[in-house]
Amino acid sequence: MDLDIALILTQDGITTGAVYALLAIALVLVFAVTRVIFIPQGEYVAYGALTMAMLQQGKVPGTLWLLVAMGAFAALLDGIRVMRGGARSGLAASLGWTVAYPLALAALLYAMPATQSIIVQAALTLAILVPLGPLMYRLAYQPVAEGSVLVLLIVSVAIHVSMVGLGLLFFGAEGSRTPAFSDAQFSVGALAISGQQVWVVVASAALIVGLWLFFDRSLYGKALRATAINRNGARLMGFSPVFAGKLTFVLAAFIGVLSGILIAPLTTIYYDTGFLIGLKGFVAAIIGGLASYPIAAAGALLVGVLESFSSFWASAYKEVFVFTLIIPVLVWRSLTSHHIEEDE
Amino acid sequence: MSAPNRQAAVLPAVDVARSGAASVLSSRNILVAFVAVLAIAPVLLPEFYITLLNYIGLAAMVALGLVLLTGVGGLTSFGQAAFVGVGAYTTAVLTTSQALPAWLAWAGSPWPALAVGLLITATVALILGSLTLRLSGHYLPLGTIAWGISLYFMFGTMETLGGHSGLSGIPPINLFGWVMDEGREIFYLIWAFLLVAALTTENLLDSREGRAIRALKGGMVMAEAMGVDTSRSRMVIFVIAAMHAAAAGWLYAHLQRFVNPSPFGVHVGIEYLFMAVVGGAGQVWGAIAGAGVITILKQWLQDWLPKVFGASGNFETIIFGLMMVVILQRARDGLWPLLARLVPARGTTRVIDASAEPLPRKAMPAAGEVILEAKNVTRRFGGLVANNDMNLHVEAGEILALIGPNGAGKSTMFNQLSGVDTPTSGEVLFRGKSIAGHGSREIAHLGMSRSFQHVRLLPKMSVLENVAIGAHLRGTKSVLPSAWRLDRVEEARILREAAFQIERVGLGEFMHAEAGSLALGQQRILEIARALASDPCLLLLDEPAAGLRLKEKQALGELMKKLRGEGMAILLVEHDMDFVMGLVDRVVVMEFGQKIAEGLPDEVQKNPRVLEAYLGGVE
Repeated sequence: MDLDIALILTQDGITTGAVYALLAIALVLVFAVTRVIFIPQGEYVAYGALTMAMLQQGKVPGTLWLLVAMGAFAALLDGIRVMRGGARSGLAASLGWTVAYPLALAALLYAMPATQSIIVQAALTLAILVPLGPLMYRLAYQPVAEGSVLVLLIVSVAIHVSMVGLGLLFFGAEGSRTPAFSDAQFSVGALAISGQQVWVVVASAALIVGLWLFFDRSLYGKALRATAINRNGARLMGFSPVFAGKLTFVLAAFIGVLSGILIAPLTTIYYDTGFLIGLKGFVAAIIGGLASYPIAAAGALLVGVLESFSSFWASAYKEVFVFTLIIPVLVWRSLTSHHIEEDE
Repeated sequence: MSAPNRQAAVLPAVDVARSGAASVLSSRNILVAFVAVLAIAPVLLPEFYITLLNYIGLAAMVALGLVLLTGVGGLTSFGQAAFVGVGAYTTAVLTTSQALPAWLAWAGSPWPALAVGLLITATVALILGSLTLRLSGHYLPLGTIAWGISLYFMFGTMETLGGHSGLSGIPPINLFGWVMDEGREIFYLIWAFLLVAALTTENLLDSREGRAIRALKGGMVMAEAMGVDTSRSRMVIFVIAAMHAAAAGWLYAHLQRFVNPSPFGVHVGIEYLFMAVVGGAGQVWGAIAGAGVITILKQWLQDWLPKVFGASGNFETIIFGLMMVVILQRARDGLWPLLARLVPARGTTRVIDASAEPLPRKAMPAAGEVILEAKNVTRRFGGLVANNDMNLHVEAGEILALIGPNGAGKSTMFNQLSGVDTPTSGEVLFRGKSIAGHGSREIAHLGMSRSFQHVRLLPKMSVLENVAIGAHLRGTKSVLPSAWRLDRVEEARILREAAFQIERVGLGEFMHAEAGSLALGQQRILEIARALASDPCLLLLDEPAAGLRLKEKQALGELMKKLRGEGMAILLVEHDMDFVMGLVDRVVVMEFGQKIAEGLPDEVQKNPRVLEAYLGGVE
């Protein structure tokens, strides 16, 4: 291997690493606020990429009907709650999101001409998929929100397998690759940098900065951080943990879908690709101890680079290499942690 | 529905504490009937159902390991399918290889290959466990996902393992000349393995080691304070679960006579977990019910769903996932409790053998010997000094009370004395030895036992079993003797000791009740019985009289006087002045982290600084 190849591999690694970094940050966030180990994160990536691909083919994606169905189900649960004497306040707003919004979006998709600019397609993809996040929290996690980490984890795994099955139903077994956002090519020395790679890295960096501003400057961001530190304390200060959960899932879904849109032009995405991508985010999140955002992001870059180098040397074993990376991390964490804690 | 579910429904309940059910069927009779049905099933049923039952039996073995790991131990693994793969591939390689190296030639037939497979599995599980089990519970599942994926890709890429096309030509199992080359024959072997695994697991859970395992879910801090090595208990169940899976893999390879990577991927591992959850993740026999339901449902959905959707694919995962979410939201104990209610088996109340030999006791230290001593103990939390230069000592045969207003630093002091926390400076000596840096397990070993300010017990276990955990260190029988019932003499002695302590603290009538059903005051008394069961020479009690009625307080006072008479040293942190003053020998009063008075109860009550601390000064 010469220096040029090393540089090219590093460049590839950083591009994928940037996406893993986004996912790792989302995973740490979801775990900190809700104690959910969010295995379905990767499915949002796959759904994002494949929904975008279907829109580009001029088809109405099946994920739209998933949104309509989940919204209707949430509305049904709200209705039952009100029938049983629950508070009516907020029902109208909630019905707006669960019923009116999905139907309006469906009407819009059917009314619109099939060909749209790539930005409109990306916006539509986000509009369809991001609301799935809070709906998923409402339907699957909220009823067991006080359960143990283990129960929440099994729920996550259950959602993951359902979403993979639905992905097969919606998108079929064929993979898709979308056209790049830009055809620009830059060359720096021996490196040829594609416009898409620039897009991925810049968008990831922008999103990370945006998240930092959100958590550091905005009231909601601070409230989420407070919930992550002390759920009951945040609740006593009037910040609902249910709202915190939904908001977190909005962010996680947004990050997942955006990652999917960004990498769709770089690699072929299949209905079940998301799992491995999400797990690589997890490897990074574990490097950060499921607690540290910057270490998780740095870990993600390491995962990306390791993956790209190992696919050069021994491509058949690249997954083995990446997942073995967590072993030294776990050893280190095992050696530095001594006390026995109760798992909640 | 087909046969397996009806059979599963007549299994005995594993919950030995449940009693008084209407039915006259004993667990043993139900088990005998179940075995009889299994014995004639291959003669009566068509081939299709035999195959189905074989797969259910194999899956149930894996699910059984997960019941132990997840339902009982509160841990989980998504890598069980990979362990199945280790068992299957080991035997496949060893029994089909034409050129085994000379040192391995002995392992070239199925039975030795089983031993090798189990050995490899145990080694891998030990390594994975030592990496993740010291950490919080969620690292194990994440670690096993990574392991499962890595192993799956290894199976698929390594030339010697046949790559994605797999290995074929695996010979049938030969048992004393009986060659099991048909499904009907290996059926007996599969179900015999499963029954042995289920019975030994049930035995294990009903033992000293089993109580330690059952304490993992929600009682680790308490169990450590009683001397249980919780990391070891976690490791034990993880290794057992992995070995169940590997044995199932060995049977699978010889049933199929062919292996390829696809049944050993992470998604199959997830399916096994679903079986454990559906059946009832705390129920040994629920594993069979769960394996039956998922296996049959999968068969049916795989026929039906592609027709509905007009496309081919594994759409059953959609239904399974949704089903799991609903079960976890609505019926977290799974299907087993529902099935068990259909045929209520007569529960067996635990028999306490009053004639069992008492457990040996340690010699009590001589009266007046200094048992516990705090020397210049200071504990700072950042700028806050919670304990400042505290000195106190407790002698054998005396009761010392540590009192003070709220926020005086009593609980912090209690944590320093009990070894939960380490002082910033100064030291705590227990029988002359510093306890700084020793875990609560070692301290329990030295003869110090404690109760907790916030009661820590296992609410679903009986009072008897909760107290028996206290006697953990006084027994020695480990996993294998427990599984094979070679521990009964020692177990009888432990239960006798526990029963004795329960009678002694006055909870005799609640012996077999669930600990969680007791009133809070009684739960505090239970904690004292549990501490006494460890045969301590020092008892640390954190607010033992809180929540007790007058009569109960008087009884507790009498008990403590009696223990003092036997030479025990007792330190209590208490708020209830009436209780303290009539009982204790000496009092240490704290305020703002410092000792402000020490002496006889009467002296302390007249001390102006104490009066000021409690009643406020006169300006």
